[in-house]
Order: sequence, then C-alpha cells, then structure tokens
Amino acid sequence: MGILHFAIIGLVVVYVVLRVRDRDRARRFGRWAVILAGAALVLAPFVWLVPAVFKTGAAFNDYVFFPPLSKWPETMSLWNFRKLFEGRPGLRGPVYFWEYFLNSTVIATVTTTLQIFFSSLAGYALAKFEFRGKGALTLFMLGSMMIPSVLLLAPLYKMVVDLGLVDSLAGVIVPIMVSTYGCFLFRQACVSVPNEMLDAARLDGCSEIGIYFRVVMPLVRPMTAAFCLVSFLANWNAFFQPNIFLHSEDNLTVPVVLNLLLGMYRMKQGIFLAGTALAMIPPAVLFFFLQKEFISGLTSGAVKG
Amino acid sequence: MKVRHKGPAPYLFLSPYLILISIFFIVPFVNAIVLAFYETNGPRSRAFVGLDNFRFLLHDGIFHSALLNTTIFALVSVCVQLPLAMGLALLLNGGSSRVRGFFRLIFYSPNLVGQVLVGILFAALFTPRYGLITRGFQAFFHWGLEAHWLLDPPLIMPAIVLASLWLWVGFNMVYFLAALQTVDKSLEEAARIDGASAWQVFWHVTLPSMRHVVVFVVIMTVIGSYQLFELPLTLLSESYGFGAKNAGITLITYLNFYGFRSGDLGLGSAVGWVIALIIFTISLIQIRVARLAED
Repeated sequence: MGILHFAIIGLVVVYVVLRVRDRDRARRFGRWAVILAGAALVLAPFVWLVPAVFKTGAAFNDYVFFPPLSKWPETMSLWNFRKLFEGRPGLRGPVYFWEYFLNSTVIATVTTTLQIFFSSLAGYALAKFEFRGKGALTLFMLGSMMIPSVLLLAPLYKMVVDLGLVDSLAGVIVPIMVSTYGCFLFRQACVSVPNEMLDAARLDGCSEIGIYFRVVMPLVRPMTAAFCLVSFLANWNAFFQPNIFLHSEDNLTVPVVLNLLLGMYRMKQGIFLAGTALAMIPPAVLFFFLQKEFISGLTSGAVKG
Repeated sequence: MKVRHKGPAPYLFLSPYLILISIFFIVPFVNAIVLAFYETNGPRSRAFVGLDNFRFLLHDGIFHSALLNTTIFALVSVCVQLPLAMGLALLLNGGSSRVRGFFRLIFYSPNLVGQVLVGILFAALFTPRYGLITRGFQAFFHWGLEAHWLLDPPLIMPAIVLASLWLWVGFNMVYFLAALQTVDKSLEEAARIDGASAWQVFWHVTLPSMRHVVVFVVIMTVIGSYQLFELPLTLLSESYGFGAKNAGITLITYLNFYGFRSGDLGLGSAVGWVIALIIFTISLIQIRVARLAED
C-alpha cells in the first residue's frame, strides 16, 4: 500500500512538472498542495471522531471512518451516549453527565464575566489616567505574568482550604476573578478611545463610572469579544486547578470527569470520546460567532508591541 | 501623556485588581517562598526542613529525567513547531484575505479543544493496529501498525510531540500571519529587485522586521513547554503521566504527583521555584539576545 501511495504521488508530481513549465504556476500549485495536505492532517482527527462516537462494539475497530451504509443498523447507535449519560455514584445519589456540563458552564461563564469586568476597569485606569505609582504598578504587572501559575497552586490550595472554599465551584472561581493578561489587552484597546469623547462626557456631567459604562465599554467591544473567548476557552478547558480544588462527584467539571472516564473505560473508547466530542461544542459555537474579533484582538497586543 | 483627571477615580477602578491580586497572588507568592523550606503532609501539618527539598531534587533521578524530558520538549517545540508554523504562515500570506481566513480557521481549530481533550483524543488515535495514526503510519511509511506509541519508552516523547504539533502549530501560525501582514512590502520588493533569493529576502528583510513577534512567540512557547502537563497526563493516564520507565515525565507531572497526590506541598513548591527560575532565566536571556540583535 505504502509504495503504491508514493508511486501515485510521484507520478502526479512528474506530471505537474512536465505540464506546468512556467515556474510561477508550479510554485502556486506546490503551495496549495502543501496547504491542503496540512489542512487534511489537521482535520483528520475531527473527521475520525464523528463516526467514532456512534460506532459500537467491534465496529469501532473494524472501520477507520464510517462503516458502509448497509451495515449502519448493527454498527452505529447511540449506545456510547446512553452509557455516558448514565449516572455515576455520588454522595447525594447518582450524578449525571449534564451536571458536569452545568458545573463547567457555571465556572466558565461566571469567571469570564468577572474577568472581563475587573480587567477592563483596571485596563481603562491604566490607559486613561495619570496617578502615583503607575509606573511601578505596570512593572509589577509585567513581572507577575512571568511567574508560572503552578508555583502558586500549592499555597493557593492551602488558602482555599483555610477559606472553607475547597470542593466548591466558588473555590475555583474566586482566585482567578481578575486576569493580568486581560488588563493589558484592555489597556491596549482603551488607549485608542479619543480623550475628547471622555472630556465631552465629563462636561455633560457624566460620572466617572458612568463614562466607563456608557462611553468606554461600548467602544472597546471588539476587545471584549476577543477576551471573552480567550477567557472562556481557558476556563472551559481548565484542568489542573479544578482537578485539585474539587473533590466530590457532583462538583466536578467536564475535563476532570473525562480524565476519570479515560481510566474507567479503557476498552470502550467510544464512551469518553462521545464526552470529548460534546465538550468541544460550546467553545466551537462561541468561536464561530467571535472569531473575527478574536484573531485581531489576540494578536494586537503582540503585533503592536 | 498629560494629566487627564485628578481624584479617586483611577484608584477606584484599580481597586478590584489590587485587592484580588494582593490576596490571590502576593500572599500565595510569599507563602510559596516559605513553603519550599518545609516538608508537609497535606495542607495542615508541616515541619521546617531548610534546604532539604532542594537537596532532594538535586539527587532525585526521577526529577532529573523530568527536567531533561521537559527541556527536550521545549527545544523540539522551538526548533520544529515554530518553523512549521512560520512555513505555514508564509504559504498562507500570499492568498486572498478570504482564503487566508478560511485556512486560518482550520489550522487554529485544534486550539479550541484544550490539552485534556486533545490528550484523550490522541490516546485513541495512537491505539496500536486500530488507531488512525498507527494506520496512517502503516499506509504512508509501511511501518508502525503495531507500534505501541504510549507504552514503548522511545516512542513516548515523539507521541507527545506529535500531539503538541497538532495542537499548537496553528496557534503560533496565527501570530506569525498577523505579523507578516504588517511587514513593509516595498522593502521586500526592493530586496528582490536587487537580486536577493526568496530565502535571502525572508532571512534578511522579512524576519528582522517581525522580530518583536518572533521573540514574543518564542518566549511564550518556551514558557508553555516548561508547563506541559495535561497532554502527557491524559495520553499516559495509566501512570499519572509518567509513562513506562518515566519516559514521558515532565516537571509539572512530577510536581502534581509528589506535591498534590502524595501531599508534600513543600516539595511541590520547591519544584515550582525551579520551574519559575528556569522560565525567568530563559526569558531574560531571550530578551537580551533580541536587544543585542537589534543593535
């Protein structure tokens, strides 16, 4: 098989080289061939995953992708999902998969909302006000981003235990309510808000907090969208912190529980793969709506320096 | 910038940040310094041991393999992942903006998935005989149908690298692509007219004018590499991410196991400081080198 593949590819290359004499066209063809091959490699695992979550029993290994249509009744079913949605024993009765989904959703949305609010407030202050200690504060913020978060995890865990927040969703959310990276992103966006607009609002008698809500936030909406996605992705996929901070079954998040299922159903991959596929949906939906703002927001900090 | 406003407003706006960072960054940071000198058993009991934690790490063979593995991973990331990302960005840079946007979306998509899910997905893809990757290697290279990527020690690190390439090449490509868009086209054109080859144009004109982004991406990649954790943990879930003969162990899986699973948070803090020190030193060297190159 392998030799045959190479032979076909070789023939195609020879044909193209003979056919496309002028170098520009040859180069363009080569470029698109590489891009398409790369895209195929990137998409292959996703394409593989779609039939994998429906295939049951021996069919999982018998077919690489979809089985032939005539064999669907005996090979494809929702068995993996049914098994996934079965309750797992918890302290207060069985815990169902949608509850982990709910926990993840609560943690991701609450954290994202709070991070947007607190980080944009700080970013606005840094961009548009002069105050004592601003230079030192900026330096401190830059330095604090160099500290790997794992270093703080052990003492943070101790602190969460002392605060009585261990094994609660609040214990995961509270320590990460503000993001220094977010502060810098919002500072970047707020710098381009014209000072005249702020002054005009002040002359009209608008309070400082009113200016933030009515003038600044509407103008930095693209950055809000971008940071919303960055933050949601990070918190939805977060594993290390929830894995350590949450203990009881009914508090776990999706990544944490999928990691547990991975150990339980080693021979029935369809089950945890079904969970994995479901877990991919919320970030994908959000990304679909925000992708334009996302790319420009994400790279603006780096590109503008 | 001139003084925009006097009064309490900026302090008010900054107060949530200042309060939260004091409690959840500065206090744990100071505690992390203290904790590194203690031996602990869970969060409640502890005993002062001086530099024993660091001395232990100095002589612990498992820690040494973790350090070596993570360093190899960081090197491979910078030397393989980033050139691939740059290559893809250069290829995509020419196309029309709609085509570019479409492929950017495709190449970025693995990043939405997150390390845990990628690890779970790839653990299935690496299944001997039946997995997509093992079948793919058999089809294209005539080798590897029965390869136990996640059990055979020499194959464990390559497996982690393969999964990480899928996850991060597109992510870094997005940064390079955005930077390429800002490069002055007339400079490249001038060099081309002067007879420079495509490679010379890239090396002497394009790359220097996007050096800020390159330095940023290299630093982010190194920092990310030294914090590699969820990917090996889920790929090698039977051994808490260590792998057979500790072939897949990283600094953070080591920290996770000895700090949180065994309950010695003091040792965990000491490992954390080693990681922080490495990251800090490497970032500093890179920023220095970038400055020197500029002069």
